[in-house]
Amino acid sequence: MNKIIKIAKLIYEYAKYGDEGEVTGKTRAIDDVSLEIEQGDFVAVLGHNGSGKSTLAKHLNAILLPTEGTVWLGEMDTKDADHIWDIRQRAGMVFQNPDNQIIANMVEEDVAFGPENMGVPTMEIWERVDKSLRAVGMTAYRRQSPNKLSGGQKQRVAIAGVVAMKPDCIIMDEPTAMLDPHGRAEVIETVQELNRTEGITVVLITHYMEEVIHANRVVVMDGGKIVMDGTPREIFSRVEELKSYRLDVPQVTELAYELKKEGLPLPDGILTVEELVDALCQYV
Amino acid sequence: MSIRLDKVDYIYEPDTAFPVHALDHVSLTIRDGEFIGLMGHTGSGKSTLIQHLNGLVRPTSGTIYYNDRDIHGEGFSLKELRSKVGLVFQYPEHQLFEADVFSDVCFGPKNLGLEKEEIQRRARHALELVGMDESFYSLSPFELSGGQKRRVAIAGVLAMEPEVLILDEPTAGLDPMGRDEILEQVKRLHEENHITIILVSHSMEDMARYAGRLIVMDHGKVQFDGTPVEVFRHYKELEKMGLAAPQVTYLMHSLREKGWDVNVDAITVAQAKQEIMRVWKKH
Repeated sequence: MNKIIKIAKLIYEYAKYGDEGEVTGKTRAIDDVSLEIEQGDFVAVLGHNGSGKSTLAKHLNAILLPTEGTVWLGEMDTKDADHIWDIRQRAGMVFQNPDNQIIANMVEEDVAFGPENMGVPTMEIWERVDKSLRAVGMTAYRRQSPNKLSGGQKQRVAIAGVVAMKPDCIIMDEPTAMLDPHGRAEVIETVQELNRTEGITVVLITHYMEEVIHANRVVVMDGGKIVMDGTPREIFSRVEELKSYRLDVPQVTELAYELKKEGLPLPDGILTVEELVDALCQYV
Repeated sequence: MSIRLDKVDYIYEPDTAFPVHALDHVSLTIRDGEFIGLMGHTGSGKSTLIQHLNGLVRPTSGTIYYNDRDIHGEGFSLKELRSKVGLVFQYPEHQLFEADVFSDVCFGPKNLGLEKEEIQRRARHALELVGMDESFYSLSPFELSGGQKRRVAIAGVLAMEPEVLILDEPTAGLDPMGRDEILEQVKRLHEENHITIILVSHSMEDMARYAGRLIVMDHGKVQFDGTPVEVFRHYKELEKMGLAAPQVTYLMHSLREKGWDVNVDAITVAQAKQEIMRVWKKH
């Protein structure tokens, strides 16, 4: 398989400063992380606040550069300043707050912003805008003001803006943290669809355990290191270990785990309501 | 203490071509000692509602009573109301601005014009309530984790010694343990300090676990008002409003459809477990 992201022995430190601006210490946010991600993967990154997951994500498109170690996007080393624009085009980022990412007065202009800056010819910009808005299901809103959209719709516009740059990879840093349940579902379904139909690699950072079950791989970070790595089912089978990292499991997984402790013959790592219903109905 | 809304309307941009009816004839009473969960999708009117409760926004029509007194009536002090009804906004840590934790928490009571000793007593007590001991007092807010910053911000409101505490999505952006820590603190404030709580949240699981009464807003109206069990029975209507029920509620309904004799009112993991074990043991 084709590796789209390769991280080798990444260390990232930032300095702490005293009142006089002198360096008083260093904080190691990423501590010797190695990770390879395949083209087309859907990887969820979990970890408590301060575990290093956002810092890791910011290395994937050269917003941050390694203190030690190397990050490659495709064949490009993110430290190579000549490639920085290629890297940012191929690995797009979507952030938490929908209101901080939209700049234009009209939805379609916002989506066109990225390709326009890349110097894409005008006709092709419009083709890309059409296709991207269709991909996120926002075509009907193309001439509206972003102000009038819901949070979930704004995030879909932000995603369309990234898609219009034809990236290999979308990195999302808690894209649903500020959304209501409907908005959350909207964004996650959009991203799944892009992953499935366009083959775009997705790296999703989230605190919502229910969103993780759609990934094909889950990476758990703690103290700047990768402490767990596996399929959602493997990861969510380890309930106590997850809790020790300040994380949790979906409510239905927790219930299955509790029932199993009471002696019910259930498999490990139940992820959905349907799975638990089927497992229980085998016996009663 | 009670807050009563009588036919409250709030219209944004009333004299333009696009008036928005953010609150549409809302009448409800919040009684002393309640733990209320306030739900609704983005734009449903819940934030507008809470801004009415401490007089930040004035209704277009209708009346709001605090202890049976009209809060916009003559001689009523909104300043005093705001110390009684504390409002913790979304991402309250963005509002921390002092050089150290203790000074930040002192800011509110200082503005009430209290004596220095009383200010410090309140700040110490408020920080104690959110579980932050003296070792944090002289730290800069920048040195704290996300969850700690948020607790300091909540302490800043608690130092006003409110009777009612309104929290607008206090767990947004926190990790699961951070979420539990904040909500457990809020629960203690309710149980031990008898503060009336109004919690805005998008987590149905948290609502089921903590609230004694749920109020659901949609299109500026109160659509449901009852115990969590009562409200989550309407899970299909909740979905149409962009909301949902806790995951275990769906499980219980599916099991019932498959012929299990479970009580579909289970809304927490503990209740669902008890119900499933009860049916299991009968077989």
